[in-house]
Amino acid sequence: MELRPILSTLRRHKTTAWLLILEIALTCAIVCNAVFMIGHRLQHMHMSTGIAEHDLVQVQLAEIVPSPDVYARAEEDLAVLRQIPGVQAVALTNQLPLQGSSSNAGIKLDIAQRQPTLSAGTYFGENLPQTMGARLVAGRYLQPDEFMHADIVLKALATGDTKRLPAVTVITQAMGQRLWPGQNPLGKSFYIGPVPVRVVGVLADLARANAYDDATAHYSMILPLFFGADKDQSYVIRTRPQDREAVLKAAVAALKKADPERVVTKQRTYDELREKFFENDRAMAGILIGVIVALLTVTALGIVGLASFWVGQRRRTIGVRRALGATRGDILRYFQTENFLLATFGIVLGMVLAYGINLFLMLHYELPRLPAIYFPVGALALWAIGQLAVLGPALRASRVPPVVATRAV
Amino acid sequence: MFGYYLDLALHSLKRNKALTALMVLAIALGIGASMTTLTVLHVLSGDPLPGRSGTLYYPQIDPRDNGGLLPGKEPPEQLTYIDGLNLLHAKRADRQALMTGGAVPIQPDSAALDPFYVEARYTTADFFPMFGTRFRYGQGWNAADDEAKAREVVINSELNERLFGGANSVGRTLRIGDTTFRIAGVLDDWAPSPHFYDLNTGSYGYTEQVFMPLLTALDLHMDHNGSTDCWGNGAGGAGHIYPAASCVWMQFWVQLDTPAKAADYKEFLVHYSEQQKALGRFVKAPNVRLRNVMQWLSYEMVVPDDVRLQTGLAFGFLLVCLVNTVGLMLAKFLRGAGELGVRRALGASKRALFAQLLVESGVVGLVGGIGGLLLALLGLWVVRHRPSDYAALAHLDPTMLFTTFLLAVGASLLAGLLPAWRACQIAPALQLKSN
Repeated sequence: MELRPILSTLRRHKTTAWLLILEIALTCAIVCNAVFMIGHRLQHMHMSTGIAEHDLVQVQLAEIVPSPDVYARAEEDLAVLRQIPGVQAVALTNQLPLQGSSSNAGIKLDIAQRQPTLSAGTYFGENLPQTMGARLVAGRYLQPDEFMHADIVLKALATGDTKRLPAVTVITQAMGQRLWPGQNPLGKSFYIGPVPVRVVGVLADLARANAYDDATAHYSMILPLFFGADKDQSYVIRTRPQDREAVLKAAVAALKKADPERVVTKQRTYDELREKFFENDRAMAGILIGVIVALLTVTALGIVGLASFWVGQRRRTIGVRRALGATRGDILRYFQTENFLLATFGIVLGMVLAYGINLFLMLHYELPRLPAIYFPVGALALWAIGQLAVLGPALRASRVPPVVATRAV
Repeated sequence: MFGYYLDLALHSLKRNKALTALMVLAIALGIGASMTTLTVLHVLSGDPLPGRSGTLYYPQIDPRDNGGLLPGKEPPEQLTYIDGLNLLHAKRADRQALMTGGAVPIQPDSAALDPFYVEARYTTADFFPMFGTRFRYGQGWNAADDEAKAREVVINSELNERLFGGANSVGRTLRIGDTTFRIAGVLDDWAPSPHFYDLNTGSYGYTEQVFMPLLTALDLHMDHNGSTDCWGNGAGGAGHIYPAASCVWMQFWVQLDTPAKAADYKEFLVHYSEQQKALGRFVKAPNVRLRNVMQWLSYEMVVPDDVRLQTGLAFGFLLVCLVNTVGLMLAKFLRGAGELGVRRALGASKRALFAQLLVESGVVGLVGGIGGLLLALLGLWVVRHRPSDYAALAHLDPTMLFTTFLLAVGASLLAGLLPAWRACQIAPALQLKSN
């Protein structure tokens, strides 16, 4: 295909051609970044938690009048829950992965350190990783006799008498690798405040409750503290996926029966909890998809409109070319090539713009650099859209009969 | 003359129905998307207490040791209980209130109602006059009630509706946990947005239903909700035990009527820090901040990132729509060049043609603007039915309505400018000769 005639025609429609190129460039730039952001969100939404998500339900209660003995209350509740048919395991916990509100602690490797090395999610609860299904890859789980009542620990912390505190913990692989890269974390110690804690077990994975940032989402540890029944603690129950609804109902009824003087503040399956955590990301991904569709549609319609105009304007020229021996295919290809050229200019400009937008987003929204793979994605999308959009007008052009050349318009 | 131009414009637009529809649709979509997101952004970054927010300040001091969980040079975002009480009792501001969030169990008298938990704010007497809360019945408690740990509460209209069917409940009793309180006042619908005085409990769509004197609440071991940050030996808010002395979990607001008073207060905070350091409580050199409401909201970056991103996206989309419309309009005007040539030859001035073409693009803009407005209303309806915590706030106010229209017509006039100008450059003779 000879490009010169196309370029010389475009030169006569410089402003219009530039506008189309600009539109394609903007669309390309936004689409590249939007596709990238969707990918980013989807990746975040598929975050692993390291637990048996489909097997878990959660119940949280708040006392109307504080229990005289919160530890006895929790022990009794746990015993009651274990009696429910279909229940495989039960634990009291202060938080669950992806629940949002969280409990965290700063970790220091050296007590003299001014700033903590990292902040990790702190899980408290006996039998917790076993119940949640968090897999142990090294060492052991915490033993029941290592757990201490929270008020004793808090009192000890307040008085500075920390000698007798339970100094063992189970941490995640990710946290171990961050603290001691390339080494086995078993047996190593770190400091929480002034208290040294020794790692006795390593979990394959356990996401934090506030896993907003993918980089630090898997820094979690389990500490041997027993908090007893209070409104911030909840019961996590393991059962078979098909029994979840029935178990949840039975659990709420049994807990209310054991102590009617309280209100159920949460009762849900773990799947519901997870869905809620990623609600905004899902919505944002939806909006981004909507924007991409709208942008491509508007651009496609714009191309259709302009191409139709040009075809209409050039009817006579087309007729002359046909009369001089050009085939229908020649005319069709002419318009297709013209569109391909415009799209290519637009895409090249769009790539530069996409890069610029990405730089801006990196500065203001903590987004990573746009991987090069997204550039060809945007390019292909716009080439395809351009060719599709121009097809109709181009076909119409190819059907212009040669006899038009002989008529006055 | 305008009537004639309008006539010409409508005539010209009617000739190319599909193209006109396309231009109108593009503008409508662009305007609709931008206005939806802009309205959400406008609502979320609004002033929670117009007229008052300029004189309300949030003092911050730095009681931390050198280490600690809170890195960076900024002081903590809350106060320890001790510092809060000290600053409250110093009474150096025109008004001051110390507060924190919580949840309390309500035990209704009526057997038909089950006990339930509601969000609560534990605060001190000045909270009500300082924030200008409107009362439906009764009033707040006074400073003497604070010190006496009075069993008095203020409830909001929603709880009053639920418990007393909306009747005047002042003086009646309310059982919270196992304690009986007297209702001192019922608030009118009052829910500042963003929830500026405590952003930890959620920035939007959060309202407390019970307001209780702070010392009373702590005396009765009411549950604490919100953020707790500790350092040294401190341990966070563990259930019924309140956070340790080396934890920040209180918010403190002051009213300072003049800039001079604000400067004095900042000076006072420095002195206070120095004095505490001399006493051995503080370790660091004085590190204080005194931000007013809007400064505080902007420092806390209260508007969600996603909302700003959506606004940017929408305006990018509008830009594409506009470029699209400019291109189409240019093509359309140039297509009609023959007609323009004839009119020029018959004596129409360039200026007249230009005006006529602008009227045509103005009509497209106006219709697109109306379409955009409808789309924005639809968009806001969708936002309201989404589960985000700011959903309920997404309404178009008169300012935004006006802005929409201005934006639509302005944008399409701008879009018409270039095509109209280009089309007017046509040499009439050339147009008459060819074709």
